[in-house]
Amino acid sequence: MMNTKIKIFMLVLTLLSLCGIISPAFSAEAADDQFQKGLTLLQDKSFEKKEQGIELISTSGSPKSYAVLSNVLEGNLYFTKSGENFVVAELDGGDARIKDILTDEDLGTVKKRDIKKITINNQLRGTLKAAIAQLDLTSPDKNIRLAAVMALLDNISPESVKPLEKYLKTEKNSDVKEYLHIALALAGLQDSSANKRLEALGTLKGALHPAVKNAVQQLLDKEQDEAVKHKAETILSSIEVTTAWYGKLETIFFGLSMGSVLVLAAIGLAITFGVIGVINMAHGELIMLGAYTTYVIQQLMPNNIGLSVILAIPAAFCVSGLVGIVIEKSVIRFLYGRPLETLLATFGISLVLQQAVRSIFSPLNKSVATPEWMSGSIMINPVLSLTTNRVTIFIFAILVFAGLFLLMKKSSLGLHVRAVSQNRAMAKAMGVRAARVDALTFGLGSGIAGIAGVALSQLTNVGPNLGQAYIVDSFMVVVFGGVGNLWGTMLGGLTLGVANKILEPWSGAVLAKILILVFIILFIQKRPQGLFPQKGRAAE
Amino acid sequence: MNVSTKVKAVLGVTALSLAVSASAMAADDTIKVGVLHSLSGTMAISETTLKDTMLMLIEEQNKKGGLLGKKLEAVVVDPASNWPLFAEKAKELIEKDHVAATFGCWTSVSRKSVLPVFEEENSLLFYPVQYEGEESSRNVFYTGAAPNQQAIPAVDYLMNEIGVERWVLAGTDYVYPRTTNKILEAYLKGKGVAAEDIMINYTPFGHSDWQSIVAEIKKFGSAGKKTAVVSTINGDANVPFYKELGNQGITADSIPVVAFSVGEEELSGIDTKPLVGHLAAWNYFMSVDSEVNDEFITNWHKFIKSDARVTNDPMEAHYIGFNMWVKAVEKAGTTDSDAVQEAIIGVTVPNLSGGYSAMMPNHHITKPVLIGEIQEDGQFEIVWETSGLVVGDAWSDYLEGSKDLISDWRKPLSCGAYNVVTGKCSGTK
Repeated sequence: MMNTKIKIFMLVLTLLSLCGIISPAFSAEAADDQFQKGLTLLQDKSFEKKEQGIELISTSGSPKSYAVLSNVLEGNLYFTKSGENFVVAELDGGDARIKDILTDEDLGTVKKRDIKKITINNQLRGTLKAAIAQLDLTSPDKNIRLAAVMALLDNISPESVKPLEKYLKTEKNSDVKEYLHIALALAGLQDSSANKRLEALGTLKGALHPAVKNAVQQLLDKEQDEAVKHKAETILSSIEVTTAWYGKLETIFFGLSMGSVLVLAAIGLAITFGVIGVINMAHGELIMLGAYTTYVIQQLMPNNIGLSVILAIPAAFCVSGLVGIVIEKSVIRFLYGRPLETLLATFGISLVLQQAVRSIFSPLNKSVATPEWMSGSIMINPVLSLTTNRVTIFIFAILVFAGLFLLMKKSSLGLHVRAVSQNRAMAKAMGVRAARVDALTFGLGSGIAGIAGVALSQLTNVGPNLGQAYIVDSFMVVVFGGVGNLWGTMLGGLTLGVANKILEPWSGAVLAKILILVFIILFIQKRPQGLFPQKGRAAE
Repeated sequence: MNVSTKVKAVLGVTALSLAVSASAMAADDTIKVGVLHSLSGTMAISETTLKDTMLMLIEEQNKKGGLLGKKLEAVVVDPASNWPLFAEKAKELIEKDHVAATFGCWTSVSRKSVLPVFEEENSLLFYPVQYEGEESSRNVFYTGAAPNQQAIPAVDYLMNEIGVERWVLAGTDYVYPRTTNKILEAYLKGKGVAAEDIMINYTPFGHSDWQSIVAEIKKFGSAGKKTAVVSTINGDANVPFYKELGNQGITADSIPVVAFSVGEEELSGIDTKPLVGHLAAWNYFMSVDSEVNDEFITNWHKFIKSDARVTNDPMEAHYIGFNMWVKAVEKAGTTDSDAVQEAIIGVTVPNLSGGYSAMMPNHHITKPVLIGEIQEDGQFEIVWETSGLVVGDAWSDYLEGSKDLISDWRKPLSCGAYNVVTGKCSGTK
């Protein structure tokens, strides 16, 4: 593996130097010949032959190299059964629309069976990525160039200096330039002169890429010169300090994002349990229904993944909300004031809903795709990146919270709900239809659970057991935050999330969960009303 | 059937022995086969398919004329993913339905729960799932992989073919991952891997927030040495794990993950994009190119009435186990547990990867080990396989307490845990 990496690297360096000055000895014809040979090797079944093919193609200097290699990496390159054409195919059921990769000629639609895919394995994926990274250095997009230089950092050798220096002269973008300097400094660390090494260390000051840390560490292990050694030590410790600092930031982000998931799952419960006092054990299943709604909508529009997730939000609210109202009207309203019976009845409902989903959708998990704009991560620096889906869900949780908060404080429904929860008899006397308000409140809480389900479908399995995983956590958050208080739920959820993530690296995931539970039990002993107790008459 | 039950009822309190002999007479027109898989609860996701596989195998055998001239009859019970209920249902199968053999269980804890029942009643259980080893019972046949038929070859592959030097052993916190990781840790250290190059991590069942663990893996893997994750993470926790890996930019060519619990069935419920290129080690993949496999898949699709359903490794284990039992019953001429137990050792039947599997004296079977890379369509591309068949090892050679133990159920030794150093049998006879 290491060997092949070095081999590719050398080959690609040759290519780099070729980009600088085209050697007259290397005729266009020979290049074309090499390219064709490489293509033929790609058709071979053996991965070794394919690897040779990739090397030939990447060093051929052909303008089509990039297109061929990147399509192989993405699994889009096929060849026709006759073996004559290499095509990029768009599959559509049993048919494939194909386009010749060399001539860009549209070859129409053929049967899927008439073309054969060029399959790759992990080693080839690595080889391809390294080869493409080299070709990417000349890409017009600065982000691609940046990624390419970063990919180079792991395999720097003294031989790489010349082509990189040449390349540095033509580079305009400052970010890319900075990384090129780092790459050159990394090569400088291997220089035989101590002054050169010292100079290289000076350039590396403040660089956070893991390759820098590894290289400095390696230097330190075998360095003889005292001055260099000292400098290397200072740099290493400053890298460690900065990394540790960003590590803490990362932990807090992880905690907030876990907390936002908890808030989303619990906030519906804060309404049903907190405001109208129903212990709803089927809350988790209402979340599950929201997740399944996302699945169904995605099945209806498989070509618009992004849109389907957005449409799923109102749909899930309606589905879970309606189911919630049905549960309230058919079971819960007969059991008001009897918490034990409500608990048992809703637990029964949760089992019924689970088994219903098993019967309708099968017990297997369902696959819900994540839209493009929710995958990947935002890189802040080489040691800190935030994953996009977590950021999206954090913002989403804040929005849901704000929406719910406004609804409770500003709308007439919110006014009625608060009135009924504070003094049912008085509210009734004032003409509020308490039974209707109960049903609507329960529906609202259930609908919010459905929305949480949409968010969870992007993070975890969509299956019959989805709800069970979150019900205990949700109750924990509501009880910890203070029953009937939305702010309490918000703060409680975020606190528990951050606490969990701070404990996790230190104690392991299993113990962290136990410690949090023990903490909550102790906390409730001291403060049975939770973080934010309800004040005034409602407290009684 | 009815008559004899009525007779029993009339007699009222009958001695147990009499009941047993009466029921033996009752079973003269059919041979009953117990199917003990959860059809509801958390494990239904995996086990329902195995129930259907058994029904298909039994139906096919009946089309071929049954067994010993009698029809086979499946008795399906639902232990509902509830471990104590497994033992009750097993007892019900043996005592009430008088099944000749039972095919079932998935989790190790369910197997441990039924084990005393099968031993006490002297009935036979065929267990089709990969497990942690360190067990051998006279009444259980382990047709899934032992650690040396899955974990050890996978680690060998990563070490020798990919050049992995740093190891993350990640698992769910229960008996199978704990034991497997203990074996792997001992094995890696024996190969000269330093303790600081091994990271072990356990998470609770259904763990869904993988952010900090994946970040830790990423940090562990950025030390300049090739790193791989060996995952014994159980079913449901896998989806969020792989999603998080993808989102944090860990791809299969930078840090590959080799999983022992992710098969075709699990992949069918996952958005496979972030998984492409990650590995799994099994003894069978649906993509295996062989005639028997094609035939098996066609039959399965016809039986389940859907072309979209996949086949997987535990299904193959049942296929092998069932055919072995059929052959052993034919050889013994009876379904009597003792006779079948004696006859089945050495029985050889075709497996689905084009070769043959044999029942060994330690009640484990021989299997090839395959490593596959996950493809976008949820299938595996086989990238490596062992050159020959691997014999399942009941007692690991890499653990302190068990490396001197062997299991051999042939007479006269007939011992599940024979210590070759002291010459004593410490297990059950």
